[in-house]
Amino acid sequence: MSSMTFSRAINAGLRKAMEDDPKVLLMGEDIGKLGGVFRITDGLQKDFGPQRVLDTPLAEAAILGTAVGLAYRGYRPVCEIQFDGFIYPAFDQIVAQVAKLHYRTQGKVKMPITIRVPFGGGIGSPEHHSESPEAYFTHTSGLRVISVSNPQDAYTMIRQAVACDDPVLYFEPKRRYHTKGEVDETQELRDALPMESARVVVAGTDVTLVAYGPLVQTARDAAVAAADEGISVEVIDLRSLAPIDFAPLEASVRRTGRLVITHEAAQSGGLGAELAASLTERCFSYLETAPVRVTGFDVPYPPSKLEKYHLPDLDRILDGVDRALGRPNSLSGLEG
Amino acid sequence: MDQKFEAGRDNVQRLRGTMVKDETAPTPGFQQPEMIQLITPDGTRVGHPEFDRWLQDIDDERLCALYEDMVVIRRIDTEATHLQRQGELALWPPLLGQEASQIGSARALRTDDFVFSSYRENGVAYCRGVDLTDLLRVWRGNVSSGWDPFSINMATPQIIIGAQTLHATGYALGIQNDGADSAAITYFGDGAVSQGDVNEALVFAASFQVPVIFFCQNNHWAISEPVGLQSHIPIADRAPGFGIPSLRVDGNDVLAVLAATRIALDRARTGGGPTFIEAVTYRMGPHTTADDPTRYRDANELEDWAAKDPISRVEALLTKDGLLTPKLQDAVAAKADAVAKEMRAGCIGLPEPAPLDVFDNVYSTHNSWLDRQRDHYSRYLATLAGAEGGN
Repeated sequence: MSSMTFSRAINAGLRKAMEDDPKVLLMGEDIGKLGGVFRITDGLQKDFGPQRVLDTPLAEAAILGTAVGLAYRGYRPVCEIQFDGFIYPAFDQIVAQVAKLHYRTQGKVKMPITIRVPFGGGIGSPEHHSESPEAYFTHTSGLRVISVSNPQDAYTMIRQAVACDDPVLYFEPKRRYHTKGEVDETQELRDALPMESARVVVAGTDVTLVAYGPLVQTARDAAVAAADEGISVEVIDLRSLAPIDFAPLEASVRRTGRLVITHEAAQSGGLGAELAASLTERCFSYLETAPVRVTGFDVPYPPSKLEKYHLPDLDRILDGVDRALGRPNSLSGLEG
Repeated sequence: MDQKFEAGRDNVQRLRGTMVKDETAPTPGFQQPEMIQLITPDGTRVGHPEFDRWLQDIDDERLCALYEDMVVIRRIDTEATHLQRQGELALWPPLLGQEASQIGSARALRTDDFVFSSYRENGVAYCRGVDLTDLLRVWRGNVSSGWDPFSINMATPQIIIGAQTLHATGYALGIQNDGADSAAITYFGDGAVSQGDVNEALVFAASFQVPVIFFCQNNHWAISEPVGLQSHIPIADRAPGFGIPSLRVDGNDVLAVLAATRIALDRARTGGGPTFIEAVTYRMGPHTTADDPTRYRDANELEDWAAKDPISRVEALLTKDGLLTPKLQDAVAAKADAVAKEMRAGCIGLPEPAPLDVFDNVYSTHNSWLDRQRDHYSRYLATLAGAEGGN
């Protein structure tokens, strides 16, 4: 075990993945000498050379499109999208090529491409630097989408993503990059929790609270605050957004009868909608109240002075918990 | 200025000799690049000091083989069009008129080169050794991809315009990393040159100096849009702006195309980086069998291009050389007939896919969402079978 920051953990995971497989190469903008704008790839070009850590011209579609060609050639590219809001030029290559090639070719062509996306808000950036575009990709068949919430998962799951023969979008909560945690670098991948699995991070009995990425920490804080009021919140870190690991969610909702889902992304058509619909289908007779979503508003990501109102925080999540419990003074009863 | 770039400019100069004024180029007032032509439409072989060096092995026998290839793929194309008209194929994208571009370039390749094409390069696929039935699977609607790309080193047809140029560039980056001397070649049309993907591919290819050939078949039409809408200058002239030398050849001249592709391949194999080839040709047929070109183009234009037919001019050349014997013609016709017959039988004999095939190969391993949907649908199908008497 060693203590390291979230960003260092991703760096260590990438390093391990490159050591384990000479076909792994990194590509992106400013990832070489600079080590990426967030320094996630710091030192990797120096140690692995410019052929395995490629600074690319500034063209996201080309980063993904050439990654497809490299995958044809037997490589395992790890593409860095510098910021969440910069992924859209690459959207066509991701959803029309990367996602579909395995299906298109009846499994003959594998696309073991990892797409790293620093995502989410809370760092006071201008437009296009704080978005949560995950639902575009969870809606696309052929992609796997994961999001990490702590340094250990950051380390392990980047290795799992790189080792996966399917394309994986790896969403990194950039506002947690400096969070420190214990990381076991000796764990073998085969012993680690599969990246498709959700994990109960706080056990509880009254309400099931589902979060992923940056909001897992906020959800944990909310559970502590709720406990002060005698409410037992079970927090589940989704980890895999596509596919969603429904078994532990179902088990939890059947016990608590109440479901709160939180994410930074806008509400309409977001992950919360899929979770609420699917868990209602699967657990309808166990639910005491309708599922509650605590999310970003259906607005373009706002200017930084407004983001604190947009992002679900501890208080809004607690209000969601209150609504699920039908407690007085909450917004319970408010529909739509 | 960058040394590499200067070298690229020199190459452009060196590769272009003065040959034929191209009267089809869109905008007057610009100086047109020469379009290299080695066989005139009336079948006259024109010498070229640079290009002829790359054709020294093309003896009578090989010229006849190129002729046979072109006749055969025209027959494949006609047969497939018939199959579509007869309701056996959902759609077919004809290559009629582009035989020289496809055969001349594809016959220059080695088996370890890799092709990333659009949907119209059925002649290229034929040269790569595709199984004839595999050529039609996609167009019958059975699968989204007719063959294993690694079995003939050719990716299956790309439908998104220009997307494959990036795949070729990435593949070439892999070749470069591997230290191999093979090359990637990507085929696209005049419409594709407006796409961001193609322009980004040119940027990446130039930046990393990878062994890739951009082979643009300028067939003058992107469905109903004329090439002049895509480009105000000859397409080949764009490439030097990216630092990539280019060649403009008569795409209806199989020898000019063969030589140009060999020049580009030689550059690729010897660390010379990317080359752009514009093969000036013409789409004699519709965009696909669903298209009606009479709504947007002039019959006279078609007549003009019919006079420049890629097969007729080789027939004229062979006749002058005394090579177009009844024996050769019979043999070529017999080959074309046999190929068409085999393809038709293979097409009609394709088995219908099973309902649950819809779920296969979305992922390389199990996916809990999909497993559940498959399971539900499978049980649903079982209830239908039960209702029909348990079949």
